[in-house]
Amino acid sequence: MSDVADRVKKIVVEHLGVEADKVTEDASFIDDLGADSLDTVELVMAFEEEFGVEIPDDAAEKILTVKDAIGFIAANAKG
Amino acid sequence: MFDLTGMTALVTGATGGIGAAIARALAGQGARLALSGTSADKLAALAAELGGNHVTLPCNLADAGQVESLVPDAIAALGKLDILVNNAGITRDNLVMRMKDEEWHAVHQVNLEAAFRLARAASRPMMKARFGRIISITSVVGVTGNPGQANYAAAKAGLIGMSKALAQELASRGITVNCVAPGFIASPMTAALADAQTTALLARIPAGRLGDGDEVAAALVWLASREAGYVTGQTIHVNGGMAMP
Repeated sequence: MSDVADRVKKIVVEHLGVEADKVTEDASFIDDLGADSLDTVELVMAFEEEFGVEIPDDAAEKILTVKDAIGFIAANAKG
Repeated sequence: MFDLTGMTALVTGATGGIGAAIARALAGQGARLALSGTSADKLAALAAELGGNHVTLPCNLADAGQVESLVPDAIAALGKLDILVNNAGITRDNLVMRMKDEEWHAVHQVNLEAAFRLARAASRPMMKARFGRIISITSVVGVTGNPGQANYAAAKAGLIGMSKALAQELASRGITVNCVAPGFIASPMTAALADAQTTALLARIPAGRLGDGDEVAAALVWLASREAGYVTGQTIHVNGGMAMP
């Protein structure tokens, strides 16, 4: 779980170019981390690649915060 | 200039008059192609003519399932996709008063919906690559209208609007989205026109002649090139001056 959280945060830092300490579990990609809608699509793509998981569009729409991403991946990722 | 060596392209409607000219031009600049069309035989003949290691991907663009798999198939065959050329188009001409729903729908399905689906499928890998060229062949009649072609004109105008929206969505990722709008180009379709029609047509074209597929392809090669990276959301008109929007 903590491994997933670390990997998720690392992806967010790399893709959004934000400071690591801003990427808290409650941080909203759009409201707190300055992502635009295209960034969120890219983040989902990056999560899919990193964790080998398929994130369908309806699930992706509910991934608004770092915690949402970690939760979805922890529940659905194979490895 | 406009060297496409190392780049890959998917061209729909590749065996048509303009499509084949586009395929020759892209291949001539060094791109490796996935040639798509409805006739496997014609595609194979074109690939043989071009030489090199191009691939053929027969596809019926009226079949949504086949359309969905076309971009993944092209990427599987080429390794990546740098350039998408939405060239395929059909006509079902009729006066609006007589136009059947099926005639309206068939034209939209192939000319606009398939282009949308292919652009959607190509966007994701192009975003990852931080590079892409999505180019749709629209038509002068998408801007000027033409009696008997309400369906065709609407679908071609739709391509322009879609391209402008997509251009704004993807510009920050190094992907450009543009249109080329041919006027009347010499092809089997225009060759079938009666002499009187041809005379009337030429009177509307300041250049005094029909265009050549190669002249359309040249504009497309430029848009596909790295040099055109700052050009997006545009429609390049190649029409001998018959419309200057």
